[in-house]
Amino acid sequence: MTIRVGSWSVRLAPRALLAGTALLVLACAVTVAALATGEYMVPVPDVVTAVFGQGTPVAEMIVAKLRAPRVVTGLLVGAAFGLSGAIFQSLTRNPLGSPDFIGFTAGASTGGIIAVVAGGSAMTIAGGALAGCVITAVLVYALAYRGGVQGYRLVLVGIGANALLLAVNSYLLTRANINDAATAGAWLTGSLSGRGWDHAGPVALALAVLLPVSAYVSRPMRMIEMGDDAARAMGIRVEAVRAVAIAAGVLLSGVATAAAGPVIFVALAAPQLARRLTRSPGVTMGASALTGAVLLTAADLAAQRLLAPTQLPVGVLTAAIGGTYLALLLRKDRH
Amino acid sequence: MATAPAKGSPLMASRLSGTSLTLAYDQRVVAAGLTVSIPDESFTVIIGPNACGKSTLLRALARMLKPRTGAVHLDGSVITSLPSKEVARRLGLLPQTSIVPDGITVADLVARGRYPHQRLMRQWSKADERAVSEAMRATDVTELGDRIVDELSGGQRQRVWLAMALAQETPILLLDEPTTFLDISHQIEVLDLCADLHEAGRTMVAVLHDLNQACRYATHLIVMRGGEIVAEGEPGDVVTPELVRQVFDLRCEIIQDPQTGTPLIVPEARRRVTASA
Repeated sequence: MTIRVGSWSVRLAPRALLAGTALLVLACAVTVAALATGEYMVPVPDVVTAVFGQGTPVAEMIVAKLRAPRVVTGLLVGAAFGLSGAIFQSLTRNPLGSPDFIGFTAGASTGGIIAVVAGGSAMTIAGGALAGCVITAVLVYALAYRGGVQGYRLVLVGIGANALLLAVNSYLLTRANINDAATAGAWLTGSLSGRGWDHAGPVALALAVLLPVSAYVSRPMRMIEMGDDAARAMGIRVEAVRAVAIAAGVLLSGVATAAAGPVIFVALAAPQLARRLTRSPGVTMGASALTGAVLLTAADLAAQRLLAPTQLPVGVLTAAIGGTYLALLLRKDRH
Repeated sequence: MATAPAKGSPLMASRLSGTSLTLAYDQRVVAAGLTVSIPDESFTVIIGPNACGKSTLLRALARMLKPRTGAVHLDGSVITSLPSKEVARRLGLLPQTSIVPDGITVADLVARGRYPHQRLMRQWSKADERAVSEAMRATDVTELGDRIVDELSGGQRQRVWLAMALAQETPILLLDEPTTFLDISHQIEVLDLCADLHEAGRTMVAVLHDLNQACRYATHLIVMRGGEIVAEGEPGDVVTPELVRQVFDLRCEIIQDPQTGTPLIVPEARRRVTASA
């Protein structure tokens, strides 16, 4: 489907539009459900009025003050993980090339644990996670660099770094005092519990800048998926595109981990689900971000309500939901 | 776009040339001091034994490999000094191997060849549409348009990659071993297609393995060995038993191809078999 206005033209895939709309509707539905349900049920119409600041004081208190920050953080963190996963899977031409497999999330964890052990506040932990992620990425990139970075080398070096960092993380936990270890352990599972606007803010800012950047490089990235030579022959400056994409992907997974801890599986599963939903033959930035947002908020909703009043960390649920769905899709693909 | 210099003059500067090229991967120097020019509107075939540097030379001409010394010139400018999209509108390359994106249709893959002509807000012009349908018609893949590329046969797939390179609409097209992995009938099919494209006015440059096929299709032959150009010219003038022995270490007899009149290499048999057995 092509839309032409004068010399301008934009190409749209109907299937991708449909999938995008469906994901958007789903995200809204999950958001409303998360805002409405809980120990104190708020009827859906009241939720809507409360969101727009017209509701009863009680509803506004619960919806806007208590529940909204958590839901919004979930949406943003999910989107950031989904986008970051899409970027790295495309760059490495490998579904396993997502930040939680190639050491970036583990590096963020190391930074976070060090901050916990150093007795840092929530903000310090977030800062430590972001720093850990960026430092790991720089090291992995430098080690994998040989006149440019090949996808498979990034994955191999990344997997090595991941193993090393996980060992470091375990070591740090065993050396920490019991209270710090418990705090770090909870953070390491990945959780949205008690997240407020100060957690959502940095992720929102990162997405506001990096989502357009990612969308801009997605066209050349789809060409690079066909091979470096093929892309270069089309006039793409492969190394430049790759550097921008890596920077965007690292920052996204860094800020997301800083906000919610290393929630696993969203970065891995979201881009794969998005590709199958849109039937797109290449990286799909918008759909991956949306899928990540839906996946994480739905998982968080389930984590809160499934065994209520017991609250599970969302990381447990993302692994369960994402993993099951992905396994089903892969099974279908084999036919 | 710069206009091609007048044809026919022996001293004309060709659109694509390399001067004093030293080509190397990491520390390994493949060729040193190579100077080559591709005659305009020729079907140039680069040939030579394995590891002679023929693909390396092609990759350097296509700016895939940066020469350590020397420079590749396109239309009089150093190729790396030109905007890369601008180069991609003049010079196309079919790499030896490319990765087929998962689940892509033939029409979508061919359409990707239009990338150098597109911008963010000009993603699909009428010219794009025309170029793609023309490329698909020329390579006879129009009927395959909605098929998934992964599900095609090797020969069909190579035609689709060629269609993508054609959709790029470059006056110069470089092909790195376009017939590898194809059976003999598909090899001929692809080479016939290349000959048609040459006929239609394109400058074609291909790396080939088969000397007989090279002799048949090339209007200009570049013979390499050990990183050096050993001989260059029309196949009929260049290919001799001495050259084949020098370049390929093969004793042979050369006869006329009964179909085309071009040289046909017949390797010497180790044991002569009596004709009327």
